[in-house]
Amino acid sequence: MGSRSSHAAVIPDVDSIRRETGFSQASLIRLHHRFRALDRNKKGYLSRIDLQQIGALAVNPLGDRIIESFFPNGSQQVDFPGFVRVLAHFRPVEDEDTDLDPKKPEPLNSRRNKLHYAFQLYDLDRDGKISRHEMLQVLRLMVGVQVTEEQLENIADRTVQEADEDGDGAVSFLEFTKSLEKMDVEQKMSIRILK
Amino acid sequence: MEGAELAGKILSTWLTLVLGFILLPSVFGVSLGISEIYMKILVKTLEWATIRIEKGAPKELTLKNSASVGIIQRDESPMEKGLSGLRGRDFELSDVFYFSKKGLEAIVEDEVTQRFSSEELVSWNLLTRTNVNFHYISLRLTMVWVLGVIVRYCVLLPLRVTLAFIGISLLVIGTTLVGQLPDSSLKNWLSELVHLTCCRICVRALSGTIHYHNKQYRPQKGGICVANHTSPIDVLILTTDGCYAMVGQVHGGLMGIIQRAMVKACPHVWFERSEMKDRHLVTKRLKEHIADKKKLPILIFPEGTCINNTSVMMFKKGSFEIGGTIHPVAIKYNPQFGDAFWNSSKYNMVSYLLRMMTSWAIVCDVWYMPPMTREVGEDAVQFANRVKSAIARQGGLTELPWDGGLKRAKVKDTFKEEQQKNYSKMIVGNGSLN
Repeated sequence: MGSRSSHAAVIPDVDSIRRETGFSQASLIRLHHRFRALDRNKKGYLSRIDLQQIGALAVNPLGDRIIESFFPNGSQQVDFPGFVRVLAHFRPVEDEDTDLDPKKPEPLNSRRNKLHYAFQLYDLDRDGKISRHEMLQVLRLMVGVQVTEEQLENIADRTVQEADEDGDGAVSFLEFTKSLEKMDVEQKMSIRILK
Repeated sequence: MEGAELAGKILSTWLTLVLGFILLPSVFGVSLGISEIYMKILVKTLEWATIRIEKGAPKELTLKNSASVGIIQRDESPMEKGLSGLRGRDFELSDVFYFSKKGLEAIVEDEVTQRFSSEELVSWNLLTRTNVNFHYISLRLTMVWVLGVIVRYCVLLPLRVTLAFIGISLLVIGTTLVGQLPDSSLKNWLSELVHLTCCRICVRALSGTIHYHNKQYRPQKGGICVANHTSPIDVLILTTDGCYAMVGQVHGGLMGIIQRAMVKACPHVWFERSEMKDRHLVTKRLKEHIADKKKLPILIFPEGTCINNTSVMMFKKGSFEIGGTIHPVAIKYNPQFGDAFWNSSKYNMVSYLLRMMTSWAIVCDVWYMPPMTREVGEDAVQFANRVKSAIARQGGLTELPWDGGLKRAKVKDTFKEEQQKNYSKMIVGNGSLN
């Protein structure tokens, strides 16, 4: 932390980030502070190693998938706008968000986008479908060595079958959304930043 | 010619003054009260500066203060509740919500990363390096700051460097001389005298003000002294009030010379780098040392690395397996006058020492605590945690279960396996699958 101040003026493109993510200025300042704290070598961007060093994230069974979500399109670095864009998915849904202008793009923390974030965690090759094989791999990440291959295959088969409607053996985003339509996604995937 | 003579005269007067006012009193452990006067002036100046700053910019401060309390609203319910199910329930696609939320929460805020950078100050202490959020308030404040810079760099720094130089040379020479004597109580007494004098000189080289509490619990011979670690200065702070046998690796260079000299006068325990890896060897040598009741108490820092003095991290169990009496000591620095934390990834030893010598002062409190021994049925890890809690409570520090080694290395896979085990129990549980 040195002698740099955490003013909004220090954050590049703060206004466009604010419009895109919906975070308040105070929240953005805090997140920028955090971004700089994680960026140990002061490179100006974060790489996978910086995120892997967070203890509580490294013990998370889905830690690697979550870290991967910060590096879309095969990139190796994430800058502050990219960092905040991912975090914006977890912004709680507030009343002002529901009053939408149909011409504006959907906010990052809409129900659909939250579901899409979760979908991505399963969709390893980013082809828009969760195949049985991908389901197995993600399940293996979550249980480690505690469950046998056979039990895991049973679970994966059952899950894909339940969600798959058009019988192609994979779960598309639409099928994923449908199977979770009763779930209170907004509440489960929200992190509230205190004022 | 004239210039050289004048310079020579100034130098000799300077040295005589230093000798008279600082070195001689150190030998006898007496204080002339000069540092107390300095501290009083310093405290008054900083109070004045704080008032000026608060008058100037109240809004900025409130934003900064709330950043040190949690920034996100946390739901600490255990995994079972978070996954909204009972035990033995099957896997659901929505399980991923819980893990991703926990993961993102950790990315936004985690308790460990912040411990490896310097503590933030509530109000500015007129040092450039802590000037994070404070901008121009008034002309008077800026002038005081400029005066401060001049005093610190032009008056205090040369004085401190001189003292440090004298202190270290005296230590090396003194211990080598004492080491020539045959083993006797005279030798021990002299070696103590040399150690104490040189440590006092070095502490004055940092303008250190140390308050020792509960001196009746000072570590005794044949025991192990355990303390929280913030910087290499910790060693100086503790050895000013008593002699300890130190444990550590043999270094090269200046440190190596000091180490070799010190071990001639009194038995410290220095290990070669290769020996450090052999835990049994280390434990054996330490056991031998404490078994000899005439030897000085061993000084160990079980955290293994420097933490920023706001919390105490996991104590490695190695020191607690040796047996013997543990004397815990809590050290708490006052960050207002100078930041003692050594961020070894940011600063090397030399720049760290320079930063120390250009701060206002190093002020700290040392609490000696009643000795503790391992109870029946308690294993080393539980004992280590018990001592850790006691030290954290005494020093007013928070307690964290994480390993200080996280500064450099990744967390061990065993912790991840625990989480995976918990989750597996939930989705496979009683084996009821179709």
